[in-house]
Amino acid sequence: MSEELLVTARSNALIDPSLHIWTWEVAMYLFMGGLTAGIMIVAALMTLRNKDQVAPFATSRLALLAPIVLSIGMTTLFLDLEHKLFVYRFYTSFQITSPMSWGAWILIVVYPISVLQILSTVRTGYSSLAAFIDRLAIGRLITDWCERNRKEIAYAVVPFAVALGIYTGILLSAFGARPFWNSGVLGLLFLVSGMSTAAALVVLIARQKSEKELFTALDLVLIFAEIALVALSLISLASGSGQHIEALQSVMGGPYTFEFWILFVAVGLLIPALLEILEMSGISKSLAMLAPVLVLIGGYALRQVVLDAGQESTWTNYSTQFNSELLQRLPETE
Amino acid sequence: MTTYAMVIDTKTCIGCGDCVVACKTENKVPDGLNRDWVVEATRGTYPNLTTEFRSERCNHCSNATCVTLCPTGASHHWNDTNIVLVDADKCTGCKACIAACPYDARLVMHPDGYIDKCTFCHHRVDKGLDPACVSSCPTRCMHFGSLDDPHSKVNHLLKTRDHKVLVPETGNDPNVFYLI
Repeated sequence: MSEELLVTARSNALIDPSLHIWTWEVAMYLFMGGLTAGIMIVAALMTLRNKDQVAPFATSRLALLAPIVLSIGMTTLFLDLEHKLFVYRFYTSFQITSPMSWGAWILIVVYPISVLQILSTVRTGYSSLAAFIDRLAIGRLITDWCERNRKEIAYAVVPFAVALGIYTGILLSAFGARPFWNSGVLGLLFLVSGMSTAAALVVLIARQKSEKELFTALDLVLIFAEIALVALSLISLASGSGQHIEALQSVMGGPYTFEFWILFVAVGLLIPALLEILEMSGISKSLAMLAPVLVLIGGYALRQVVLDAGQESTWTNYSTQFNSELLQRLPETE
Repeated sequence: MTTYAMVIDTKTCIGCGDCVVACKTENKVPDGLNRDWVVEATRGTYPNLTTEFRSERCNHCSNATCVTLCPTGASHHWNDTNIVLVDADKCTGCKACIAACPYDARLVMHPDGYIDKCTFCHHRVDKGLDPACVSSCPTRCMHFGSLDDPHSKVNHLLKTRDHKVLVPETGNDPNVFYLI
């Protein structure tokens, strides 16, 4: 027997009995950030591959969603901060060893680049918005410039959007103290998942048949890549140290088994992959809108389950005898 | 860089918790929060059981992952020592350092929201005093000093007694030692 008991009261909020510092706010940001990266990458790729006719929505309208989605994500991220008034401190320094610091600066760069990407196609995609922008001389000048340099902007979008999509995974994997996250492929997994959710969003919104077909096929490829990356992360944990194997147990029979295998793997990957195959082979079209919805649910489920299981994974295990609810029964002092 | 270490004798610690009370009093730690705590570790099979008491806190790691992962530089090593402090004016409360600490030694100050932790009582260390927990220990099982001074009590104890640190596998290079 080996038992480690806390004999003095330790009921630090968010830390005891097990770490739960980050909840849905952060999962939502991880999802929205990935989706934004996916949106920007997909829109840029369509521009670079001259898909204006085949995929008009993704080429000239999709990009507008990027800053909107990202702003929702950043809002929930802000909600998570405990010392909110000091949020500006992200921008008074750059910490080279901290992926979160990299992320803060990536976000700052992504916004203007996203605006340039929107302006480069705004006249084709949103004529009334373009008319509004063109009313200002400066707006007209910038839009002219962006249209002329559409391809160059698309090239510039890709590395920054990839950075946005990948850094969240690297951020989590950098926490050596949380064995569940210690997988080098987590960054890639988040990036591919972000692209997959963006492709699903296009299938959901686009009207043109050729575009729906193109993005269904693209999404299927991304889902297969995601399945491979999930398998690699599990293998990486299973072949790690005792702590990593223990962390893996949380999704292999432990408390997050259902969320991981049913909500993420089955609902988010396998079922939509099957539906997309059926749809592409022309067997069943009736459930065509279900697949992209499931992919979006799966994308969020991935972030939530990785976030939760990772926080609970630890190097130290105490059984706490202290019941923090008893504190409520103390008479008020002062 | 000066390396301060705490050396705690598990053979004489009785798990009374005075160190915890001393810390709360000295540092005015709010209700329900603790910067240090006592662990009772029991091993073996009845009747052959061994018990070890450990007073635990931030390990003031030489390679502190909470410092490397802090996005704003709020978590830092104080005055070129291994003492890890949080500058509340730089802290956004993002909690990255809490996730980064393998010892779960950090906490969210309420109601303010910045991150707090054991400071090795650096305000006392600055005056040449021991941290509050060390100076209040009734069994004198806690010792504090510099590892750079070859004649310090902590160095003497580490040279002459068997000792361990907690989960050295994390690579954090902790500086709270337990005599066993």
